[in-house]
Amino acid sequence: MPALTDLTLTQAIQALRKGNLSSQELTRAYLERIERLEPALHAFLTLVPERALAQAKAADRRLKAWRSSPSEPLPPLLGLPIAVKDVLCVKDMRCTCGSRILENFVPPFNATVVERLLQAGVVILGKTNTDEYAMGSSTENSAYGATRNPWNTEHVPGGSSGGSAASVAASLAPAALGTDTGGSVRQPASFCGVTGLKPTYGRVSRYGLVAYGSSLDTVGALGRTAEDVAALFVLMAGSDPRDATTLDLPVPKIDLGPSTSLTGLRVGVPDEYFITGIQPEVEGAVRHAVDVLASLGAMVQPVSLPHTEYALPVYYLIAPAEASANLARYDGVRYGPRLSGETMWDLFFNTRGEKFGAEVKRRIMLGTYALSAGYYDAYYGQAQKVRTLIKRDFDAVFEQVDMVAAPVAPSTAFRIGEHTGDPLSMYLEDVFTLPANLAGVPGLAFPVGFDRQGLPIGMQLMGPPFREEILFQSAHAYQQATDWHLRRPNL
Amino acid sequence: MTLTLEEVEHIAELARLRLTPEEKERYRDQLSAILDYAARLQELDTSGIPPTSSVLPPHTMLRPDLPQPGLTLEELLRNAPETEADQFRVPPILE
Repeated sequence: MPALTDLTLTQAIQALRKGNLSSQELTRAYLERIERLEPALHAFLTLVPERALAQAKAADRRLKAWRSSPSEPLPPLLGLPIAVKDVLCVKDMRCTCGSRILENFVPPFNATVVERLLQAGVVILGKTNTDEYAMGSSTENSAYGATRNPWNTEHVPGGSSGGSAASVAASLAPAALGTDTGGSVRQPASFCGVTGLKPTYGRVSRYGLVAYGSSLDTVGALGRTAEDVAALFVLMAGSDPRDATTLDLPVPKIDLGPSTSLTGLRVGVPDEYFITGIQPEVEGAVRHAVDVLASLGAMVQPVSLPHTEYALPVYYLIAPAEASANLARYDGVRYGPRLSGETMWDLFFNTRGEKFGAEVKRRIMLGTYALSAGYYDAYYGQAQKVRTLIKRDFDAVFEQVDMVAAPVAPSTAFRIGEHTGDPLSMYLEDVFTLPANLAGVPGLAFPVGFDRQGLPIGMQLMGPPFREEILFQSAHAYQQATDWHLRRPNL
Repeated sequence: MTLTLEEVEHIAELARLRLTPEEKERYRDQLSAILDYAARLQELDTSGIPPTSSVLPPHTMLRPDLPQPGLTLEELLRNAPETEADQFRVPPILE
């Protein structure tokens, strides 16, 4: 048997059920590895070892009872540890959002995805690092310090779900929850060499997710394999009376057997994602991965998403506009620390000015401007119209093909500090992930190679709304035929 | 430069953010660069194109209007920086 912390979720489920492994052994193995590697990586903001071991102990009792009378149904993920991005509420566990303005916030309720996974039996190891309020592409915007990329600690893990991606890549957790508003699951998955899903908008409840850009926010998951991410997704998905944007559609049963045939599947490759300036090794690895899909039976054809280049300015008007409204609630009255002021207004201004970080203030300012009288039509209004054009691009392409294959980011993980002085250059890193959020379509990122520096390269498959199963089947077939997803950093 | 220092101050006022003089200058430069970049959206003719505020098909989620257990007063107040008599405490609003 491989090291406990190298087991996939699927392998660990088997071992736990057979009794070859206890949840306490598995949880302890992860906690020990976290203790050893966390100082170098800083993937977590909060760790709860005692609570995790208590959950594991309860899971072991239930597993033991089940083995003596296996007719009882067993929660599907009973005893499996996971990590949770620190923008999702877990009852009675500190939730900071990577911000000083929530440094002592302890939610009194569970996010719906957390509640569903707890019902499914998971053990929560802790909360992972994130750019403040999920605003960033590197986790450098965390008020608690950047996470390091496990493949090279001089490089960023991507963001904003950088702590979740690094924890999975470094085997500090077998899987983790993340969120994706403009690429925040897919880009760190790509930078860290793991598999990550951004679901369709409306597929997974955001109740208990701290809001950033409400027309774009999605809750996704990261793991080592498409199979593991699918196992989480089917439990997270489905309508929720507490999130009126969730649609009441059946959640597909995703059956990923040993078959790797993609016969008949039509894959589009959009020219607009192979732009000047893309790292040649990224283009090479993605094109090679598309060839692998073709060798498995897929029919590959070029397609066009002509408004791709406008996704960046559209996103960086719409998301900040929504953020400026969502973050109005942080005023030093109901939660968070408070700076004193003689009047209510002083209290608001002082608390927000002092406790929000530079990027959060930048986006609040940008959004406030885009929504302000006299500029609304030119900025926010125009962005919403161009968003329609971007969505129509995808609608038209999905008339021709079943999914689209593209790089996740123009380059592999950049160096810590490389973009921190120039926000616009950081935003440009998101150019390939923003369109899926603006169109609301699902995207699945997974590793397809490494560059000369030994940093992972990711590809994303984007599909029609509510067709996540096609993405999982394709990535699973690819992972049956290749072994990039099995590579681990030397730590 | 799209923005002046006065405009930056006006935006910060609307957003309820106390900024230092250095922050105001930095945001003037950075926000101007971002807005200059965003100006390329004006290249597109969007006459007749409806805005997208949500990608979802129009739908209304209905549920029975039934009383449900909610959060307790202790749970609602426990994260507040200052409370008094089961209420959030704030500075005086009226003289």
